[in-house]
Amino acid sequence: MSRPNSRSHIPIYAAVIFASAMLPLAAHAHLNSTGMGPIYDGLMHFLMSPEDLVPVLALALLSGLRGATYGRRTLFALPGAWLLGGLAGLAASATNGNAFVSAAWFLAMGGLLALDAKLSLRMTTALAAMLGLYHGYLNGAGLGLSFTSAAALIGLIFAVFVLIALSAAFVVQLQATWARIAVRVAGSWIFASGLLLVGWAVRNR
Amino acid sequence: MSPTPKALFARHGGVLAVILFWTEAAFAHVQKGEAAGFLTGLKHPVSGLDHVLAMVAVGLWGAQLGAPAVWVLPVAFPMVMAFGGMLGLMGVPLPGIEYGIAASAILLGIAVLLELRPPLAIAAFVVAVFAIFHGHAHGTELPPGQSGLLYSMGFVIATGCLHGVGIGIGTVHRWGWGQKLVRFAGGVVLAGGVYFMWKAITA
Repeated sequence: MSRPNSRSHIPIYAAVIFASAMLPLAAHAHLNSTGMGPIYDGLMHFLMSPEDLVPVLALALLSGLRGATYGRRTLFALPGAWLLGGLAGLAASATNGNAFVSAAWFLAMGGLLALDAKLSLRMTTALAAMLGLYHGYLNGAGLGLSFTSAAALIGLIFAVFVLIALSAAFVVQLQATWARIAVRVAGSWIFASGLLLVGWAVRNR
Repeated sequence: MSPTPKALFARHGGVLAVILFWTEAAFAHVQKGEAAGFLTGLKHPVSGLDHVLAMVAVGLWGAQLGAPAVWVLPVAFPMVMAFGGMLGLMGVPLPGIEYGIAASAILLGIAVLLELRPPLAIAAFVVAVFAIFHGHAHGTELPPGQSGLLYSMGFVIATGCLHGVGIGIGTVHRWGWGQKLVRFAGGVVLAGGVYFMWKAITA
């Protein structure tokens, strides 16, 4: 038996549920939370992002093959450029990296490493600067302008610095021919991954 | 008469519960499928015997030929294989892939069995041609939801490691019995290649 003056609440319920489902929330994106603060979040972001990490590793290995002077130059030029690019990116609107450009970095750095390219110190510095500015800008733009973002950027650059220091120093002291060839083989693998990355970019376009 | 608070709660409690317990999606940039993509890429070359035979044979042949072929061939193969994979991803068709893969095991097996010693450029060319078939067939088989980049990296690294296995086995080539063992391994690769060719023809 229906109650007098009772009205169905289903339309109200439906409206509330619909509003809850469609409620736009801020996307707290981009950083994996380590639970140890933004500096470690930034550090882990770099270590977990192969698009960033692999070209840096390749340039560090190449610098190590060329000698200690090159390694030292990359050690400071690349994180410095990354910081500049990151600061510029923090103030910019969020942007996504281009898959073809990422692939180009893989191809360029992997190819140079595989060939053990005899680059000049100036050319190596220029490469480090371009790589740092590009990836730093993308990282900064993804982080957005806030205090925690700046801290995350510092953690990220610290990771870049440590990776270059360890990788370049490891390669500088290699004397055996087979060991230096093994480093170049790693470059050929990076180049090969870059070729496949071009394919994925074309397929997903 | 206006309804009591208790009656109001009874009527609208359901809505309140829905709002309170509504689970929102976590947009926390967890890069889903990355680890899975890398592991899938690592496992893929190892999971196909046709691929394994050819990869190991490249390493064995390189070990027989000695420097610089011992590192030129394993460098050439993954790079050209990736080129084949790129063609596959772009949708460029390649006819007779299964025949090409089986033929690679047959010819590389013959090269190791007979310890053929062509000029380095020819050896690299032979390896490179076959690498295209392997890359085209296997480089594009990414399960949905996984990272293409990490799959590719895992795939390339696993292929390089299979070459390393071949080179490792080939280190026994310095001894007389080792030379026979490596040539026997070439015979095994050849037999596997014939089997896969027969399968491809009868399929």
